[in-house]
Amino acid sequence: MSLPGSNFSDDVRVAVADPQLQRAMRHVKEGFIGKRAKAAARLPEFEALRDAARDIKNHTLAHLDLYLEHYEAQVTASGGHVHWCAGPTEARAVILDICRQAGARTVTKGKSMIGEEIDINAHLEAAGITPVETDLGEYIVQMRHERPSHIIAPAVHLTKDLIEADFRAQHRQFPADRSLSQVPELVDEARQVLRQRFLDADVGITGANFLVAETGSSIIVTNEGNGDLTQILPRVHIVVASLEKIVPTFEDAATLLRVLARSATGQEFSTYTTVSTGPKRPDDGDGPAAYHVVLLDNGRSDLLDGPFREILRCIRCGACINHCPVYHAIGGHAYGSVYPGPIGAVLTPALVGIEAAADLPEASTFCGRCEEVCPVRIPLPKLLRHWRERAFERRVTPRAVRAGIGLWAFFARRPALYGFATGLAARLLGAAGRRRGRFARLPLAGGWTRFRDLPAPEGRTFRNQWAARKRHRP
Amino acid sequence: MGSAQKAPSVSGDRERVLGSLRRALGRGQEAAADAAARAAVAQRIDEHRRGLIPARSQLDPAQQVALFETMACQQAATVGHVAHRDAVPAAIADYLKEANLPPRLRVAPDPALTGLPWDTQPLLEISTGRAAADDTASLTGAFAGIAETGTLMLRSGAQHPTSLNFLPDVHIVVLRAADVVGPYEEAWDRLRAHEGDGAMPRTVNFVTGPSRTADIEQTIQLGAHGPRRLHIILIDETD
Ligand code: SF4
Repeated sequence: MSLPGSNFSDDVRVAVADPQLQRAMRHVKEGFIGKRAKAAARLPEFEALRDAARDIKNHTLAHLDLYLEHYEAQVTASGGHVHWCAGPTEARAVILDICRQAGARTVTKGKSMIGEEIDINAHLEAAGITPVETDLGEYIVQMRHERPSHIIAPAVHLTKDLIEADFRAQHRQFPADRSLSQVPELVDEARQVLRQRFLDADVGITGANFLVAETGSSIIVTNEGNGDLTQILPRVHIVVASLEKIVPTFEDAATLLRVLARSATGQEFSTYTTVSTGPKRPDDGDGPAAYHVVLLDNGRSDLLDGPFREILRCIRCGACINHCPVYHAIGGHAYGSVYPGPIGAVLTPALVGIEAAADLPEASTFCGRCEEVCPVRIPLPKLLRHWRERAFERRVTPRAVRAGIGLWAFFARRPALYGFATGLAARLLGAAGRRRGRFARLPLAGGWTRFRDLPAPEGRTFRNQWAARKRHRP
Repeated sequence: MGSAQKAPSVSGDRERVLGSLRRALGRGQEAAADAAARAAVAQRIDEHRRGLIPARSQLDPAQQVALFETMACQQAATVGHVAHRDAVPAAIADYLKEANLPPRLRVAPDPALTGLPWDTQPLLEISTGRAAADDTASLTGAFAGIAETGTLMLRSGAQHPTSLNFLPDVHIVVLRAADVVGPYEEAWDRLRAHEGDGAMPRTVNFVTGPSRTADIEQTIQLGAHGPRRLHIILIDETD
């Protein structure tokens, strides 16, 4: 297995030269950004809700041990089981054990990034159990033996022609001459195929967007309804979630839900927000007989103490990815990690070690858009800079970058000079690039602009704007 | 299966994970600080204090119902009105006919629904219980409607099997106008009053419009895995 970002520059070269990928990536830029902006504009309280969301997460992280203990007690009281797992090995062992005890042959899965993090599908298959991804994007990606290229839109790197070709190759039960070039036809065919899989499954695995301490509940947010069929129909429901998903109360969850869908897809609210608590009750007509929560640490408890605590506020909305010019240019796979984009560039080194992921914090233009849109106000550029410094200290920074950082460090230790130099550069570049808003070519940055347009600075640096913004805040 | 394949000691991981959380948070250093943290957590959970609630949802009851309808329709649900619950069977028969759907209906085993005057619609084939794989249309009640986003709150139980919300092609929901609330928080308060503090039914579904996906080229397509249509019948009576 290759390390995250270990072939980063090669993968980037391939990605930017791939016309199919570049066509598909247009949908990210054209779709997500405008939708989020409109949803935010429709809700006058949106910015204040982001502050509230940040504060809820900060409070919860400062009391994480206590909320998790309360949560565990409530899950147990409602008849469920909590399995604490330090790392992927433990989590996989617990899940396999539950599946074996249930005599499981097939397992349906709702979308779960933690499932990707612990690579559960490969281990289920090795144990002779068939995992079936049921989110349409995940289903397509699984069919292609690929990884999701986006945390909320797993197949965003694909065009519909490619998907049609895959369906024709895999769904041999349908007439070869059927019409399948339109999106509704593709969705309908997947619906038919997966319907039987839902009915046949022995165990359903979902992730969780939130865990609620108050009642020991898990919450999933979807649009398709696949997560619900995954957890209603089989005999056993397994939730895989990481520690930081916990929130104290439903009131807190409501605040976070108000910013989640708007930031992610620009929806007022996702179609399905489902709260699950324990197994089915004795007189319930349906639902699983057993309810397990696999609670994964995998390095998060270490992050709690130190500069990276803030990344644990992340609610995985994907907004930072959708707004990232680097992601637009290279897609999700080039990152080589489970989590792409700015969130991935910060989180992955924490999960696998900076030595193994030193390239990822370099995958940024520091344009600051990710922080501008993050619903829980994570200072992603600042955290990326922390990683760069650590990589530099440990001398694992890619060699080409070291010289550049040396120069940067010279200025960084002299803030006034840095402010002057970058301010000057920004104004010059801003003036020069204003006509198109982007540079296709920049002197001394050929390695960068050969494959991407560099957004033209708008005439002020991030530091200028930040200082100005601070002044305007009460 | 050999003992080598047994799950690792899970209680061992519990102490390991909690231990490292406690270390990171500096627990066990100052008794007063630990006690304060515990008190803060207990208070937060007991109080379930409301956060910032958008002004949009704070309206008088009639306006709330209107907002609910507007928001639900924006999310591709359809809404019909009847003045009295006795008119529900006829409204459903008409809806299915207009939509060109078979006159068959799986009704949730809820006395408020099974007790409706179905005999007025002899052509409508009625059965009750959880959803079967080939059901075309289901009928359920709703615990509440949330005006803020046009969202239904559905509570699982003996009278409302959750499969009815997801398996059939068409989900029809009867909602009393009196059960429409403003924000999510009001719906939670109602649920807490119903269940008792800290208790929950197995499933609470918040449903906003029919199932959809945008996973292929960001094109929104209804009816991904769940219902292709969501039809809400509002009973305007104020009994
Ligand atoms: S870092 Fe912020 S913007 Fe990015 S996925 Fe997490 S919550 Fe969303």
